[in-house]
Amino acid sequence: MSQRTKQKAHIGFNVNGDPVEVAFAPHKTLLEVLREDMNLMGTKHGCELGECGTCAVLVDGRSILSCLMLGLDAEGRHVETIEGMETSAGLHPLQETFADLGAAQCGYCTPGFLLVAKELLAAKPNPTREEIKEALSGNLCRCTGYIKIYEAVELAAARMRGAEMELPRESVYGYE
Amino acid sequence: MATNKNSNGFRRNDGNNADANGKDLKVVGKPFRKVDARAKCTGQTKFADDIVLPRMLYAKLLRSHEPHAIIKSIDTSKAEALPGVLAVITGKDLPIPYGILPVSQDEHPLCVDRVRFIGDPVAAVAAIDEDTAFEAMNLIEVEYEKLQTITSIEEAVLIDEPRIHDYGEGGNVHKSVHLEFGDLDEGFAQADLVREDVFFYEGNTHLPMEQHAAVAHYDSDDKLTLWTSTQTPHYVHRALAKTLGMRAAHIRVIATPNGGGFGGKSDPFNHEIVVCELSRRTRRPVKVTLTREEVFYCHRGRHPVLMKIKTGVKKDGAITAMDFESFLDGGAYGSYGVASTFYTGALQTVTYDVPRYRFKGLRAFTNKPPCGPKRGHGTPQPRFGLEVQLDKLAEELKLDPAEMRLKHLAPPNSVTANYLRIGSMGLGKCIEKVVKGSDWKNKHRKLPFGKGVGLACSSYICGAGLPIYWNNMPHSGVQLALDRQGGVRIQCGSIDIGQGSDSILAYIVAEVLGIDPFDIRVLTADTDLTPVDLGSYSSRVTLMTGNAALQAAERARELLSIAVAEKLCTPVENLSFADRRVFDVENPETGVTFAEAVVLAESKFGTIGTVGSYTPPRSPGKFKGAGVGPSPAYSYSAAIAEVDVDAETGFVTVERVWIGHDIGRSINPMLVMGQVEGGVYMGLGEALMEEMIYRANRNAVHKFPSMLEYKSPTTLEMCDVLTYLVEDADPNGPFGAKEVGQGPLLPVMPAVANAVYDAVGVRVDEVPITPEKVLAALRAKARGKEARFGPTGVPAVEWPDALKVLTPAEGGDGKEMPRVAVHS
Ligand code: FES
Ligand code: FES
Repeated sequence: MSQRTKQKAHIGFNVNGDPVEVAFAPHKTLLEVLREDMNLMGTKHGCELGECGTCAVLVDGRSILSCLMLGLDAEGRHVETIEGMETSAGLHPLQETFADLGAAQCGYCTPGFLLVAKELLAAKPNPTREEIKEALSGNLCRCTGYIKIYEAVELAAARMRGAEMELPRESVYGYE
Repeated sequence: MATNKNSNGFRRNDGNNADANGKDLKVVGKPFRKVDARAKCTGQTKFADDIVLPRMLYAKLLRSHEPHAIIKSIDTSKAEALPGVLAVITGKDLPIPYGILPVSQDEHPLCVDRVRFIGDPVAAVAAIDEDTAFEAMNLIEVEYEKLQTITSIEEAVLIDEPRIHDYGEGGNVHKSVHLEFGDLDEGFAQADLVREDVFFYEGNTHLPMEQHAAVAHYDSDDKLTLWTSTQTPHYVHRALAKTLGMRAAHIRVIATPNGGGFGGKSDPFNHEIVVCELSRRTRRPVKVTLTREEVFYCHRGRHPVLMKIKTGVKKDGAITAMDFESFLDGGAYGSYGVASTFYTGALQTVTYDVPRYRFKGLRAFTNKPPCGPKRGHGTPQPRFGLEVQLDKLAEELKLDPAEMRLKHLAPPNSVTANYLRIGSMGLGKCIEKVVKGSDWKNKHRKLPFGKGVGLACSSYICGAGLPIYWNNMPHSGVQLALDRQGGVRIQCGSIDIGQGSDSILAYIVAEVLGIDPFDIRVLTADTDLTPVDLGSYSSRVTLMTGNAALQAAERARELLSIAVAEKLCTPVENLSFADRRVFDVENPETGVTFAEAVVLAESKFGTIGTVGSYTPPRSPGKFKGAGVGPSPAYSYSAAIAEVDVDAETGFVTVERVWIGHDIGRSINPMLVMGQVEGGVYMGLGEALMEEMIYRANRNAVHKFPSMLEYKSPTTLEMCDVLTYLVEDADPNGPFGAKEVGQGPLLPVMPAVANAVYDAVGVRVDEVPITPEKVLAALRAKARGKEARFGPTGVPAVEWPDALKVLTPAEGGDGKEMPRVAVHS
């Protein structure tokens, strides 16, 4: 019977570039604050126990599981969610390649993958397949078998570096 | 040319993309972006839990912690007294039973007098927020009287009392079937070699990333709307009308995009009915979102199946007869179980020629979460057994397992011994491609100890031939509305569960009308606004909604053609639809824009709307039980797995899988590739690690209802996949297309098992193939015992008398023979 009699917590932080203030029950996780108190529904959840990676967001540029972080701890930080990836300049290259290559099937795991991939490319503009696998190993996807996700990350990385890259024909049509 | 929204500009460069009449295709066969891809990559897709309505309440279900008990009493007074609680309901408030199959109406929205597994819901609350609902739920007091718990198939067939349900075949046997096609004795007498093997396939679950969620709103018009993550909005609609005692016309079910389904959202669920009732009582919107733990209890996943297979073959590997027995652990409710039971015996005959075939299947009730349909529904288990047994037979006969299979494929355009009509059949090409691609001939039995390759094949239906409840109506309907501004709207009851069904509708209509798929608005899965499609199950959607969309689009095209031909004074046959134009093929300059064509047609005929529908062809089988297995077409797959087995630890690493899939034709190859890769991934999980297991000595409580402990492949376990698409157009598929959502999972598990044998010479006749099992088999081998891990026998049960059917080759007519000894 908790929070209705208690005071709400009140924090200021930066979400997707906007300075915001929000009041919420102090026990809430960042996931809950984003979804329930700020109506930012792009951040998804698959377990709320830190097991699946679906809820990943970037806090000060680093990926964290928003279901394991208290909303209170976001005070003064910069949080980036999927809603912040598209800018007036258009979709982020990762969003383009995820959409083009079918790396989002049901799309439920996609926001988490996109943000973790963005963090990876910020640190390693030209990651190897193994480095991509390692970076994404905390995110579960039940639909894609991950392969289209790797390809989308590689293609986006190439474009962001300004490198020429074509997806091999067999990735689209299969081997002959 | 329709704009290809795919910024990579992939094009088929083989000049080989034409329809059956040689007409060049502009959309079909191209790797377009999905119509909903952008929303999914920007976090804007609205899943059920993303819906928030003003004054919305939150519901929680109190679930039983007893596996099998009588409910003596439920005291809800403390919960009701808690401030912020608006309603508390129990089983007596919703007494009408339901279930997905008409023959298994054995579930209640909340248990009425008995609980049957840990997780069965007994009461529900609606409160102003989730915390209050949770607190109220914990204030409900339930008094149980424990009953004996039935935890396994073996117990279920031995223990008649207490019965988990008071229907079925008696005791705790839910269903048993016995079908015989042709003279088995004669078949086995003709064999040069007969093998009998026993296999076990452990149960596993779908684990969609999205937990089930639903929002109900009983509004001021006295009408009910339910938004829910379901693969079958039509069946949910029916279940709601029944259990709530409301007119179906007053209920609207909107299926929200599913964050993964895989079969796990195909049943009507108790939480869906409960939020509707809570909303009806409180007159406020009510939401429920299950926790991950609850999703494990909803389950409806892969049945654990124990199997005995006896197969006779000639020296060249030709099968002379097959006798197949399966025992399914059904869990606590019927669900799709009767269909699952038949499916374990249905598709053995569509890959290789099986002239005589017997099937005995039994499904038992146990006090565990109910099993149901998971990707491949009832067929991965028998496929595993059959393909491993064929590997053993090939070895005994000293034949190459690939050659042996290739030699005895079921012929295309034939009817099997159990009366399944095969159309196109591209399995041979699939096998040839993976054999060549993997360098099989230089690897099989030739790699060093610890490395191995294994091959397996499979087939799957492209839609169930019969609906779940008996009726003569179409399985799929599409309505098309054409707007005088050039827009097109498709309405269809199908639901996109990630497979891309919304996009398939748009691609097909765009192809026929010569417009861009992104000009089309696709409106799906809303029972108020869309014609019925039976749902996203049995790999039916591309073929069935595709054919319905094709028909609707062709009818619209006809109306437009008449109006445009009149205007241009050209014969209708001369008109072509492409690049958002309708023009004379002989004089392409002469034409009108698509929007002008709609204006002409609307001026002539009035508002332009057309419909299309699809009903599968009738099956030749007329015997009881012939309803499961028939399909308009069958897809085929062949896979070769290459593994590394560490003989010290028993650890199996699958390095890569070559897979050939007979897709008929790809409507969108990129999406087909994604389904193949996703199918291989899920098969890999089943082969190596995924299992639903329960503590037998602790009341059948689920051992680990969490994503951390229920192991599924991460990026680090996922293997490389080399895919080969075989395009052998099927006359029943739209543009020749067949399914891909389920088939490519099927050959993975047996291919891995056969590869493990090739690597270290031991048979693990059971999935998942865990390190412990591999080690146990290696130890047995070292001690000079049979180099095998797996079950040793099946329970002795009394089967019903066989329902005998003469095979087509024996001159049968698909009907049951009179019950007298015909084969003496
Ligand atoms: S929801 Fe946060 S890790 Fe699963
Ligand atoms: S796309 Fe469905 S879980 Fe990843």
